[in-house]
Amino acid sequence: MSDLINKRNHYDDTHPATPGEIHDYKEGIQKYTIGLVLAAILTALSFWAADSASVWAPSMPALLAALAIGQMGVHLVFFLHISSGPESTNNILALCFGVFVVALVVFGSIIIMTNLNEHMLPMDQLMNIQIQR
Amino acid sequence: MLGKLSLAAIPLHEPIPMIAGLGMIFAVIALVGLITWKKWWGILWHDWLISVDHKKIGVMYIILGLVMLLRGFVDALMMRSQLAMAAGGAAGYLPPDHYNQIFSAHGTIMIFFVAMALVVGLMNIAIPLQIGARDVAYPVLNSVSFWLTASGMALMNISLIVGEFARTGWLVYPPLSELAFSPQVGVDYYLWALQIAGVGTLLSGINLTATILKMRAPGMGYFEMPVFCWTALAANMLIIAAFPILTATFGMLLLDRYADFHFFTTNMGGDPMMYINLIWAWGHPEVYILILPAFGIFSEVFSTFSKKPLFGYHSMVYATLAICGLSFVVWLHHFFTMGAGANVNGFFGIMTMIISIPTGVKVFNWLFTMYGGSIKFTSPVYWAIGFIITFVLGGLTGVLLAIPPIDFALHNSLFLIAHFHNVIIGGVVFGAFAGYTYWFPKVFGFQLHEGLGKAVFWCWFIGFYVAFMPLYVLGIMGATRRMQHYSNPDWQPFMIVAFIGALIILLGITLTIVQLVVSIRNREKTRCTAGDPWDGRTLEWSTPSPPPHWNFDAIPQVRSLEDFWHSKQPNGEPLQYVDNPSGKFHMPKPSALGITLSFFATVFGFAMVWHIWWLALVGLFGCIAAVIAHSWQTENEVDIDLNDPAHAHGHA
Repeated sequence: MSDLINKRNHYDDTHPATPGEIHDYKEGIQKYTIGLVLAAILTALSFWAADSASVWAPSMPALLAALAIGQMGVHLVFFLHISSGPESTNNILALCFGVFVVALVVFGSIIIMTNLNEHMLPMDQLMNIQIQR
Repeated sequence: MLGKLSLAAIPLHEPIPMIAGLGMIFAVIALVGLITWKKWWGILWHDWLISVDHKKIGVMYIILGLVMLLRGFVDALMMRSQLAMAAGGAAGYLPPDHYNQIFSAHGTIMIFFVAMALVVGLMNIAIPLQIGARDVAYPVLNSVSFWLTASGMALMNISLIVGEFARTGWLVYPPLSELAFSPQVGVDYYLWALQIAGVGTLLSGINLTATILKMRAPGMGYFEMPVFCWTALAANMLIIAAFPILTATFGMLLLDRYADFHFFTTNMGGDPMMYINLIWAWGHPEVYILILPAFGIFSEVFSTFSKKPLFGYHSMVYATLAICGLSFVVWLHHFFTMGAGANVNGFFGIMTMIISIPTGVKVFNWLFTMYGGSIKFTSPVYWAIGFIITFVLGGLTGVLLAIPPIDFALHNSLFLIAHFHNVIIGGVVFGAFAGYTYWFPKVFGFQLHEGLGKAVFWCWFIGFYVAFMPLYVLGIMGATRRMQHYSNPDWQPFMIVAFIGALIILLGITLTIVQLVVSIRNREKTRCTAGDPWDGRTLEWSTPSPPPHWNFDAIPQVRSLEDFWHSKQPNGEPLQYVDNPSGKFHMPKPSALGITLSFFATVFGFAMVWHIWWLALVGLFGCIAAVIAHSWQTENEVDIDLNDPAHAHGHA
């Protein structure tokens, strides 16, 4: 199925160049290898950092988050073939939309749930109201 | 061996589900008998059940939607008749337990299996034809999507006879839907039916998005796309973004119920409010998934029957995209009363009012499209004008509810019920009927009966107002939703009027069936095989009706937004086509993958509901095996040669 994905009107064998598709085998293997090495390094770094005494402890979450974002970038570029070229505009737009929606839902939920939590009566008072009734 | 399943699961002591269930079984037996007697099994199997033709899959979606409309509407009639009776000391005829199942099933069926099925069906039929494509991007996946929806529908209907359905409302809020408060199988039926159907919807969203982005005929840039394709693109992007939230939320509730997790329980650190937050993060985009394609249908209808290009095409596109984005920042207005502070409630209230602005832009565009046009009053135009009147009213009550202080007074009242039926019936149902009438001749090559079509419209239009205006009043008087009886006898006259409204809609639904039968009998008189009965403007009308399996003998080379319309003008240049001198191309072969997956998915869902673990494994491995077996197939395309007379006019 994969060779059908990006072809405009693939039923008619009139395929223009397909975005994100690698035509050269050698180049492909090279790209995947670089990606694999980078991903492995980033993974190893996070495990090392989490267990290391040489990192200032309060900065740990930020460092791990940065490494995780770097990991996502490596996956997107080397495995999912997102590039800045004109042929992957659709992919970039789809990615932006996805990030936008995920950010909205995650941060929106955090804001809403925090706000709800602040407005909640402490448990002892809540019980108190129920007893008074 | 059989988990929780035993003969006691069949509700023999409850006459109503038994009668309904027996009726359903007899209908199925009669249908099977008819097919056997007429020797239709071969045709049914090859031309429909395993077909990957987007038009046939669309038709099957619409049949599924109409069949489920009957069931969902019977639920509605039962609720309305119960409430017309159960005033003061009277208890009505439906016990509370059963009544709770009825309103839960009504909401679930109407949204997931009627509105979604009709909208996805119409998108399936129209999109590839409008963009000049031979089929969707992934035809087999399309069949899989439909069959997964059908599997969810099967589980819904099985719950009628084996066991019971959820009694928790159509979005199964915890903690009520948790094991501690709903230990029976009803919520499990709900969750598995919607998980399976939800995967189907997600796959269909991916498929149609890829189709619109990648399969457009050469020359058709984004701004040469008919506006229905734009609204469908926005709706399908929303499906891709929103349905994973639904699946994840239901997944967490399933873990709570099956694996002793505590995501949404009231103790052990669980938080039921998080469920309500997440379910509406899906739920609000969902209403735009339903209404945006309907907006697109009305745009096509107004433009075609006013003999004018759509007024403000670009503003229509931008309004659609604005709605698409804004639909993700309003979800809290479904739970203003849950306890957030004024700042948070205020923000979401204002965003809700802002989203009505692009919708207003659309309304004015439609009005200006009609202005100065020579309008032909066909039944799609009736639906469209009825839609504007009804939908604007529903929008206004929506803006009212967007004001948090007002919502505090009206939350969960019948006012809310009236509001969302106002926009869903006035928007989605009217849109689905407009699209059904508009594209019917394209799919079948003959027209629906106009007079009966208008009668159907008037029944729905008048029936809607008679049924739901009293509910607005009752809501302000303090009547709440989901009540099985009420003590205030002053409410009864309104309830009786609402019941009469439901009966008028019943007449409309009956006339829909009559219209279909009459139209099929008179089909020779309304034949329109040339393919353009409405004097249409977009590419789907440039191909014969019904279109061949491959839609277009040659792929159009698009030059402008209304290329086909311009080609029909006295001095217009004829349509250009992509050169394909050999007349050869290839089409996907029918595939039984969808129906096989559907069978195993239903087995899996049923087994999970009843905790029959070995059978669940059978269902799961069946699904996996079916996909693997399909992946090994290499011969999945058939060559078409238009120069070969055997193929030239056939429907391969």
